[in-house]
Amino acid sequence: MSAATRDASGPVGYNLVNRIIIYALLLIFAVVYLVPLFVMLVTSFKTMSEIQDGNMLALPQSPTFAPWMRAWGGGCDANGNCIAGIAGHFWASIKMVIPAVAISTLLGALNGYVLTKWRFPGHKLVFGMMLFACFIPFQSVLLPMATLLGKFGMFGHYLQSLIGTSLGFGSSTANLVFVHVVYGLGFTTLFFRNYYEAFPDELVRAAMVDGAGFFQIFRRILLPSSLPIFVVTVIFQFTNIWNDFLFASSYAAGDESPITVALNNTVNTSTGVVEYNVNMAAAIIAALPTLFVYIVAGRYFVRGLMAGAVKG
Amino acid sequence: MAFATTNADLPARRASSTPTLRARLQDALPKIVLAPSFSIILVFVYGFILWTIYLSFTNSKAFPSNELTGPLAYQRLWNWTFESDPPSSWYTSITNMAIFGVLYIGFCILLGLFLAILLDQKIRAEGFLRTIYLYPMALSFIVTGVAWKWFLDPGLGLEQTLHHLGWTSFHFDWIKNANRVIYTVVIAGVWQASGFVMAMFLAGLRGVDGEMLKAAQIDGASTFQVYWRIVIPILRPVFLSAFIVLAHMAIKSYDLVVALTSGGPGGSAWLPSNFMYEYTFKRSQMAIGSASAVIMLMAITAIIVPYLYSELREKPQ
Repeated sequence: MSAATRDASGPVGYNLVNRIIIYALLLIFAVVYLVPLFVMLVTSFKTMSEIQDGNMLALPQSPTFAPWMRAWGGGCDANGNCIAGIAGHFWASIKMVIPAVAISTLLGALNGYVLTKWRFPGHKLVFGMMLFACFIPFQSVLLPMATLLGKFGMFGHYLQSLIGTSLGFGSSTANLVFVHVVYGLGFTTLFFRNYYEAFPDELVRAAMVDGAGFFQIFRRILLPSSLPIFVVTVIFQFTNIWNDFLFASSYAAGDESPITVALNNTVNTSTGVVEYNVNMAAAIIAALPTLFVYIVAGRYFVRGLMAGAVKG
Repeated sequence: MAFATTNADLPARRASSTPTLRARLQDALPKIVLAPSFSIILVFVYGFILWTIYLSFTNSKAFPSNELTGPLAYQRLWNWTFESDPPSSWYTSITNMAIFGVLYIGFCILLGLFLAILLDQKIRAEGFLRTIYLYPMALSFIVTGVAWKWFLDPGLGLEQTLHHLGWTSFHFDWIKNANRVIYTVVIAGVWQASGFVMAMFLAGLRGVDGEMLKAAQIDGASTFQVYWRIVIPILRPVFLSAFIVLAHMAIKSYDLVVALTSGGPGGSAWLPSNFMYEYTFKRSQMAIGSASAVIMLMAITAIIVPYLYSELREKPQ
């Protein structure tokens, strides 16, 4: 699962007592890490009366899918408590994450290619400036960006009145795609730059001698061996963008707000009885896509985290 | 030949006294490709930072204003800090930042290192255990917050369950206690990030030469001594990387506080990021909010820039 694939290096005394202690510790920690997920799962299948019994570790007596249906589709219960459901927001997140990941990854690939194979005086400074952009606290750009997106909205209204379509200017989804591309560029550029850094210059040089141009070299020589870094970057960006809350809550409104915002609203604005089973089901639905990616491609997930942490 | 790469020693282009437009375009192409991205970063990162700094020196309340008031917003922030009776929101935020930062980074590193060393003892099912320790990292802070909010709810979660199992004196209401709520943020944060730190240390441990450790053991060093004297010093760069990543995550933490505590009783769980958001967008104090954002940026810059500089420096061949 992790980037490390070689054998363990630790000194091992094959002393039975030690082995038992080590395995016991590892298992206790595994249980501790799993308990919150387990509790979320069992709670999401329980009825409210069963939850109020107060044993969160117990398996559901009469498992019910009702909380899941309600979390997904919304609706009203017998007491007239109505909620909206997060289905629409799930799709809003999907609509936002796909273009944002695609655009930022492609731009990152081109940037990494230029910064390693077509260097120019000052390339280090340019890269350093793009790299620093990964680390800024977004609070320091939040307000100007809000002002700019407000201008986009006005422009959208103007277009709407002028030609009958806003061309997406000012829509929540378009705004968030734009914001995530802008603030994801630093990371995607970093990943591709570090990957292409290790790519043999000889191949590039040979292709140049043969008269291949800038894009030809990229397409024919670098792209065919870039699959691993594409996977890492896509997973990293997907996870980051899907899980983002700050931008989503600042710049998206109403039906188009991403799932993290919808989940937070579902949990924190319940009037009357708090429906824990529905909240837990909603939380699991919000977590499923990234968990799925992690389970299927965990090795690349970890590599992405590492690449974001350790620059070479 | 201004556009030739410095590292690939390009064969000089066919010398022609008057380069055609097309050839010049070919030469400039790499820069043309990079320009949009770099401009975007220049404007939306650096330009916006300058804009935020500018706003922090104005009299902006509910809307940005152009009336310069000097460092008034900063003076107010810090005055609030030192005349904090009752504690001001800003004082609470930076105190929380200190508590959260120290405990979160400390526990993540300790726990991560401990788990990595345990996993490095030729364990069966290592991959499976690694997957379990690391999965929280795939969740959003909102999901983590929702789960732990439920878990730590004194009326329903852990406390009730233990009562149910017969430990009726068990009492844990930190999440509702203004003086304790920040520690619940630490607990959820450590649960989320410690697996990642474990993965970093594990990768570092795999780079340690096993033969050397065996030799040390043959010389009579205990396992503890081997790790304390040999392995941990070798891992120093990993400690640094882990510290940088965690410090950066700690300063940026925002969603977890929102989802787990809704800010805590009376804003007692706020971190500077929450302070900034509340003052900028909810309390119509844009100048104050911007000033707090600038202070956050300065804190991160002080940590990150030396690190990036040392990483990007010409490495001695």
